[in-house]
Amino acid sequence: MNEKKNKGADLISKIPKWVWLLLSLLTAVIVWTLLSLNPTTARSFPNAIKTFSSAELMVRRGVLFSDISSSLISAGIGFLLGFVIGVPVAFLMAWYRPVRFIIEPWIQFIRNIPPLAYVPLVVISAGIGRKPQIIVICLATFLTICITVFQGVINVDETLIKAARVLGANDRILFTRVIFPATAPFIITAVRLGISVSLTTLIAAESTGAMAGLGMRIRSLSNTFETEPMLLYIIIIGVIGMLAEKILKYFERKLTSWQEKREI
Amino acid sequence: MAGEERDLKVKIRGVTKTFDGRKGQVIALNGVDLDIYNNEFICVVGPSGCGKSTLLNIIAGLLEKTSGEVQVDGKEVQGTGIDRGVVFQQYALFPWLTVKKNVLFGLKIQKKSPAEMEEIAMKYIRMVGLEKFADAYPKELSGGMKQRVAIARAYAVNPSLLLMDEPFGALDAQTRTQLQTELLKTWEEEKKTCFFITHDVEEAVLLATRVIVMSARPGRIKEIIPVDIPYPRDQETKMSPAFTDLKNYIWNMVYKEYLEVAE
Repeated sequence: MNEKKNKGADLISKIPKWVWLLLSLLTAVIVWTLLSLNPTTARSFPNAIKTFSSAELMVRRGVLFSDISSSLISAGIGFLLGFVIGVPVAFLMAWYRPVRFIIEPWIQFIRNIPPLAYVPLVVISAGIGRKPQIIVICLATFLTICITVFQGVINVDETLIKAARVLGANDRILFTRVIFPATAPFIITAVRLGISVSLTTLIAAESTGAMAGLGMRIRSLSNTFETEPMLLYIIIIGVIGMLAEKILKYFERKLTSWQEKREI
Repeated sequence: MAGEERDLKVKIRGVTKTFDGRKGQVIALNGVDLDIYNNEFICVVGPSGCGKSTLLNIIAGLLEKTSGEVQVDGKEVQGTGIDRGVVFQQYALFPWLTVKKNVLFGLKIQKKSPAEMEEIAMKYIRMVGLEKFADAYPKELSGGMKQRVAIARAYAVNPSLLLMDEPFGALDAQTRTQLQTELLKTWEEEKKTCFFITHDVEEAVLLATRVIVMSARPGRIKEIIPVDIPYPRDQETKMSPAFTDLKNYIWNMVYKEYLEVAE
């Protein structure tokens, strides 16, 4: 019994990763095709050929690339702002307890509210266009990044701080050579989560008054029941997320290879 | 043993430390007096909760005392200083730095020239026998090797007093004996003043010039026992009658303290 299992495990690890990826993709396409053949789901899942050829239609309408770039700009700026604000706030919260006691409840409170709920409020003040989108994405990524980095800073091993102190480190050295590198893995995780949040929030952010964008286009296509480009757009969002994840994983491996534990 | 003609290294007078616990104030140290002379190897034993780590942290400047006096080389301790090196039980190596960079950490703060830093770092890495692992990261090392790095790192900044907080407590018996022998050898060469905490009475008797037994609740010094066994010592020293007698004597005393804590 055990031997059999081992042989199975052997075979599994013998197959290279890219083959598994290909198999996974193939399975997805098969399921997709089955869904497109099944009468009850066929309308939501037009087959792959139809879906991908709708790209041509969207290009002809002159919206595909502007939608992608518009969404990337909103998500990118929103994410960057969220990161730039979130990281220092996280350090301040960890460093000064009053800051933590004031801000942490806000973060926990807002984090549980779906962005879709407050988008209209933001639009009322910020107007339509890119501004409200950036505000909403910025807020969502800020919350995620701040809480993740904060956890990282307060979890820095206290004996490392003591060790640095007895070796002569002052506050500045302590921060740059101990706390910052010790927090680096959490910052990278925060970036990964932040990117994911910025993409998932994108749809909500573009729900009101956007002129272009992947999320906005999906909504407008739903009004005309054009399921092929809708599905295409959904796939594009997924692909962007996966690419971002892959790039970050690469940096993560480079920057934090010293870690004992490695998530898979 | 402690003759007046020897230089006083650490002077501790009436040191008290209280913590605010959940059930009110906890007295960790209650009026500790102790003189440590240059070139001494002091080992502190006692049940957990007797405040031995607290005392070490106060000497290191990592913890503020509630009252009393702690002087190192005639100067009142205020915060940490590189005249006092510390080796922690949990190694406390910076995991993102290689062995060599860990050892260099304190030297870089002192802004020595690169050539000098390199020389000092390699000298102590060689001293602990890890020259082959200079570029390895802590995660690639065993517990014993990690503690060797921590010892090299503490030595590299050349403190005049070495504070060791149960440095071998997390190691297996074999590695522990090995490191004890190495530490003995190093101490016999340099005679750097050591303040060494352990819960292992045998270890204390093997290493120390004087063993300090502390009692718990509240933490204070119960007895100071000079170890009149001549150096050089090694693991065979443990077989001698003088050693076993002293070990048993101290062990009984510590055991009584354990029982009291357990009650």
